[in-house]
Amino acid sequence: MIEFHLNKRSGVAPYQQIVQQVRHALRLGFLDVDDQLPTVKEVVATVAINPNTVLKAYKELEHLGLVAARPGIGTFVIRTLSDDSLAAHGPLRHDLKRWLEKARQAGLDEQSIEALFRNVLWSTSAEGVA
Amino acid sequence: MTAVLEASRLGKRYGHKWALSECTLAIPAGKVVGLVGPNGAGKTTLLELSVGLLRPDAGSIAVLGGQPGTSASQLARVGFVAQETPTYAGMSTREHLWLGARMNPSWDEAFAEARIAQLGLDPRQKAGKLSGGQRAQLALTLAVAKRPELLLLDEPVASLDPLARREFLQGLMEVVAEHGASVILSSHLVADLERVCDYLVVLVDSRVRVAGDIDELLASHHRLTGPRHDRDGLPSDQQVISASHTDKQSSLVVRADGPILDPSWSVEQLDLEDLVLAYMAHAVEADRRPKLEVRS
Repeated sequence: MIEFHLNKRSGVAPYQQIVQQVRHALRLGFLDVDDQLPTVKEVVATVAINPNTVLKAYKELEHLGLVAARPGIGTFVIRTLSDDSLAAHGPLRHDLKRWLEKARQAGLDEQSIEALFRNVLWSTSAEGVA
Repeated sequence: MTAVLEASRLGKRYGHKWALSECTLAIPAGKVVGLVGPNGAGKTTLLELSVGLLRPDAGSIAVLGGQPGTSASQLARVGFVAQETPTYAGMSTREHLWLGARMNPSWDEAFAEARIAQLGLDPRQKAGKLSGGQRAQLALTLAVAKRPELLLLDEPVASLDPLARREFLQGLMEVVAEHGASVILSSHLVADLERVCDYLVVLVDSRVRVAGDIDELLASHHRLTGPRHDRDGLPSDQQVISASHTDKQSSLVVRADGPILDPSWSVEQLDLEDLVLAYMAHAVEADRRPKLEVRS
């Protein structure tokens, strides 16, 4: 079971934050097929948000084909996002660590590294779309 | 779907002063409604008219299809927690539940007992000895245990510290998720309501300035900034809510159902707090008070 945390200042709508956190957990393998998501009641009792916000997030996840509602029981994961990509995480993490060492040696601080990373990520994904 | 609250040109007067005027609303069922406005805007008056503690001086109001406070069955359908979440200081928690059970035909004893246990309240303790947060939770428990279709809460979290505030809203949302009652709660702080509400009513100076589904309100309001524009230059489907100008720049909050096509504007989304503040500023401007230039 996972727990949701909402960031007030992120500018991302609360239901989107829930969707992202589930996708994140699926990608990293914290959630697996047949795992249950917290019930709407459990979520609102911990993060104090409108139940409809949680329902909206769960509907979107259903629409994405990641979870399915079993009436009267709860919402369960039916597909993970980790399948083949999780195996690739190890080597990629290793490469990224080495790249980070190089960036630090070049004198970049954490914020510069993050800015550079985001910048390249966005520009390459924009190329991919175009 | 029937409206939980339907008001038509509703008004209430104290002496010569109208505390609420020309209030026309139709709030759909199943919502958690945030009633927002500065102190003295008429929020309490509207809630007390809804529960039947006050009678209108103008217009009409229907709650769950009936006239507020006119019959025992109507009273049973509406739960009300007044400002400062009052309880009887000399009575224990157990005596409050006992009173609730005897005064409400649809009292849910199992729920009340379970919730008091979950909150860790000592049933023998006098309500006067409870902390503000515990007292608010006791008042909420009493209002919910009567199983109302509509729950009205007047500034329920205003006097609570941040932790108690959060716990109260957690409890309230749990109840909404479990029992599906409609809720109207008032606050002078939008931040308190942002997460829990899905419908908003902004009340300023005795009048409703805007009401609607929060998602729709956020989608239809934009902040436009650009080179100085004249007011009349906007398309007819765009309504200016607030405007500030410097000699070079204009900054507007507009309500528009379609997209903003004029390329000279840079368009930004508003958050709920900005939206409410824009309507409050609008109200001030409409009343011809000196206008504040906030932006420079």
